[in-house]
Amino acid sequence: MPYPTDFKYTKEHEWIKADGKNATIGITNYAQESLGDIVFADLPKVGAETTAGKTFGSIESVKAVSDLYAPASGTVTEVNGELATAPEKINKDAHSAWLIRIALKDRGELNSLLSAADYEKFVADEAGP
Amino acid sequence: MTRSTPKATRHINQNEGLIFEKSSPGKAAWRLPPLDVPEVDASKLLGSAERKDLGHMPEVSEIEIIRHFTRLSTWNYAIDLGMYPLGSCTMKYNPRVNEVVARFDGLANAHPYQPERISQGALSIMKTLSDCLTEITGMDAITLQPAAGAHGELTGLLMVRAYHQSKGSPRKKILIPDSAHGTNPATAAMVGYAVENLKSNAQGMVDIAALQAQMNEHVAALMLTNPNTLGIFEQEIHKIADIMHAKGGLLYMDGANMNALVGKVRPGDFGVDLMHLNLHKTFSTPHGGGGPGSGPVAIKRILEPFLPAPVVITKDDGTLGFEYNRPHSVGRVRAFYGNFGMFVRALAYTLANGPDGLRQTTEDAVLNANYIRKGLEGVYDLPYSTPTMHEVVFSDKLQARKGVKTMDIAKRLIDYGFHPYTTAFPLIVPGALMIEPTESESKEEMDLFIQALKSIADEVQEDPQMVLDAPHSTRVSRLDEVTAARKPILRWKPELS
Amino acid sequence: MRYLPKSPADREAILKAIGARSIDDLFAPIPAEYRLERDLTVPRQMAESEIMDWFRERSRENGEGYATFLGAGAYHHYRPVIIDSLISRGEFLTAYTPYQAEISQGTLQSIFEFQTMICELTGMEVANASMYDGSTAAAEAVMMAVRLTGRRSVVIGRSVHPEYREVLETYAHHQSLPLNTVTFSDSGRLDLKDLEQSISQETACVLIQSPNFFGSIEDVAAVAEIAHQQGAMLVVSIAEAVSLGIIEPPRQADVISMEAQSFGVPLGFGGPYCGVIATREQFVRQMPGRLVGQTTDKNGKRGFVLTLATREQHIRREKATSNICTNQALVALMVNIFMTVYGKTGLRELAKQNLAKTAYAAGQFGKHARVLFPGARFNEFVLQTSEDPYAINSRLLGHKIVGGLPLKKFYPELGNAALWCCTELSTRTVIDTAAGVVSEGKGSLRSENEIDVQEVVR
Repeated sequence: MPYPTDFKYTKEHEWIKADGKNATIGITNYAQESLGDIVFADLPKVGAETTAGKTFGSIESVKAVSDLYAPASGTVTEVNGELATAPEKINKDAHSAWLIRIALKDRGELNSLLSAADYEKFVADEAGP
Repeated sequence: MTRSTPKATRHINQNEGLIFEKSSPGKAAWRLPPLDVPEVDASKLLGSAERKDLGHMPEVSEIEIIRHFTRLSTWNYAIDLGMYPLGSCTMKYNPRVNEVVARFDGLANAHPYQPERISQGALSIMKTLSDCLTEITGMDAITLQPAAGAHGELTGLLMVRAYHQSKGSPRKKILIPDSAHGTNPATAAMVGYAVENLKSNAQGMVDIAALQAQMNEHVAALMLTNPNTLGIFEQEIHKIADIMHAKGGLLYMDGANMNALVGKVRPGDFGVDLMHLNLHKTFSTPHGGGGPGSGPVAIKRILEPFLPAPVVITKDDGTLGFEYNRPHSVGRVRAFYGNFGMFVRALAYTLANGPDGLRQTTEDAVLNANYIRKGLEGVYDLPYSTPTMHEVVFSDKLQARKGVKTMDIAKRLIDYGFHPYTTAFPLIVPGALMIEPTESESKEEMDLFIQALKSIADEVQEDPQMVLDAPHSTRVSRLDEVTAARKPILRWKPELS
Repeated sequence: MRYLPKSPADREAILKAIGARSIDDLFAPIPAEYRLERDLTVPRQMAESEIMDWFRERSRENGEGYATFLGAGAYHHYRPVIIDSLISRGEFLTAYTPYQAEISQGTLQSIFEFQTMICELTGMEVANASMYDGSTAAAEAVMMAVRLTGRRSVVIGRSVHPEYREVLETYAHHQSLPLNTVTFSDSGRLDLKDLEQSISQETACVLIQSPNFFGSIEDVAAVAEIAHQQGAMLVVSIAEAVSLGIIEPPRQADVISMEAQSFGVPLGFGGPYCGVIATREQFVRQMPGRLVGQTTDKNGKRGFVLTLATREQHIRREKATSNICTNQALVALMVNIFMTVYGKTGLRELAKQNLAKTAYAAGQFGKHARVLFPGARFNEFVLQTSEDPYAINSRLLGHKIVGGLPLKKFYPELGNAALWCCTELSTRTVIDTAAGVVSEGKGSLRSENEIDVQEVVR
């Protein structure tokens, strides 16, 4: 699955797509593949604050839990309610099954994140030969 | 053409429904004696608090209950059926005399608040067991109150905290090796400590240099499982204890693997300050499908003031009693005195063994683990070649090349009539096969087990898909755990049937 | 040693196969200075007959054959014999936690039935497959509320079992959770005015017990309203499970913590018992303890598995909901069988007999002493006497009767008071005898009517 070039990526395998002052956040296809069947996403409530590099929730497979790290700081404006009953959407299409939307605090934070090409290289290295 | 008789299905014992599906109004498995006091009008006594309906509670007869649970039981594997080599869980024989003595009227029907003068038998059991366990561990005192191993850990760390508090500060951190049971970090968090991970060295033991570097005045204790979860004895244990003590820290031993040491070496002698025991592992009380356990905590003298109240004491008149007045106690961790029924069983086991039997038991447990290791070395990858005590940990590295993982091998082992080993633990061994035969296995049973695992290793090469699809012989095949977690169905409802 | 299945020749053969000269080779990793070179000082090896004799003797020293009026969190009810027949089956007794679902369906299905019945009885939507006991279940339920609300302060009724409160104090103390105790009123129930003053926007939950420690039924709806107004959760502890047969369950609660010992578990000098937590579906991910869920196998056949395991310590480690691992599974099976035996109709009739015996006893004792706390109660009541209850109990022992629990230690303000308990096993003869012994005390207090009682409490 290709990594969209209008997204930015973290080394913890989240993606973020900015749209003016707002941004949408999800996990990458690589992340959903390594987690396996996702059974639950523990997400913040609308109005909660996210801080770049800090956890904002977690995502669970049957026998593992992974923390979610915020790619950027901001205030949660929307949570993807569909995932509560259908977490498998993340497995089906991680790049469209978003987790949260936030109002960005500082768009400049995104500059330090990875581009699609950099991220692809990063996961290729992480996966090993 | 129509059939006049419906097609017969397999007998119901292969297809036993839920008890609710057998229920119908008017059936009953109970009868109460006639009341010898006047009847009461519940609605008058209780008013709006009266309950009128018990919903979907079942109505069935006694024979149906007997058959229901007997049929269910046949779907379980058990130690009584064969080898149950779950590493770290110590599935040893559960002697039946333990069950009989625990049901003696005066013990089974004793109320915890009955006066001490008519509780001397129970107190004497607690005292005798305490004496045996402090001697076995080489410690000075003990509390029997904790209900399980993890509860013992909680009690132990509360005492660690109280001890440091009495010196001025509770300190901040607990060091925990990366091979530890999950209960260790979970417990530390419950007691308000931060967890600091301690890396193992290439031999699978505590890295002394790392410990030296990480130990400081902020560390309250090291929680060490010894032998550790790789079945390896910490050979530099004296250095570990010295490093902890030099900076005022305490050495906590997780006694989950005490069955490798009983009668051969005592933790109190090698510098442990406090430790818990699992009576349901080392001391043969039954696991019962997940519990009950019992997790006594044995301690050195310096921690005695902090023991949970009450403690058993010998009074001036020579009788036994409970002492509640313990001003420095960490408090209670459970109502009453602990899982007394497990004390009875553990003591019966200890008496059946005596000093010679306890030692021979430990020797046989270690002998068996080494026999398994020898039998499977080369067939399965052995990530740590350090000597094995009571359990041995292999990895699925050789089989993973064919796409077969430890859980698949475990499921195939079921077809050979064995319970699987512990899978995917300890965390420092990717794809772990953690095997603990215990002393309860004969050479014949172990030979069968070794042959089974060898045969599975061959199958992985020849027909990996067959192993991936295992088990093939059970009533149900692999279950859909993903849907169970995504859309949890946690109780029966009429519409589900 | 009769439990060990190896002959000396087997041991030799194994040593040879391993390539060890002696067993001591295998213990070489233990530094020599620590190796134990002597026998442990424990009693010598005993024959099975000797073990039976030793414990029979201890049993005789332990109140064998006494009738009891003790309750207070541990209740003497009849245990149908099939409980022990069934739990003694090796397939239940000697199995581990059902992690390998394909060969653990017996345990798993029975737990699923247990969860269902606990839900039916408590009015909750989900129930876990056991905690250690009622006291630790209450403490864990409170911790659950702390996580769910993000608040740290806890309000607890003084009418909750004193030892449950002690356990909660132990759990809360080291997490620096402030505990606020609310007193009880003249009715023996939570003082609602005091509750209103003690609760705030910082309160995570209110913990009460109903029937409470004195046997009185709390006004759960009123407490719930006060708690919920402040955004706090209501945790209700149930120590006497048989009450659920005839007392409305605390449906207004957010979490119920329970001691199920009354359901077929022997008194056993205080344990093992069976704690349970039940709650609403929306809170399940913060609930500690194991859970069984229904699913299907590859062929679509119904089966059961442990589920939502990511809450637990073996996966989430220091971030787990609790450190609990071993639970009380076999005891939960006893409870399960008991609930199945009595079922929909039996539990109600059983509870009704408990009510009748208690009403009779309260009437008989009330002729010679004061029964405190009027109003709805289940199978316990507080009896205030002019005589020290220890003196009364001492005389009762001569009749092979264990009297009520003296309350001085826990509630000194009640003076010469004791907590008496009757169950279906309390016979009229024993009640009459005990009432007679109470009446022997000089200057007995009489409760002409229960209005007087309230004055005594003040």
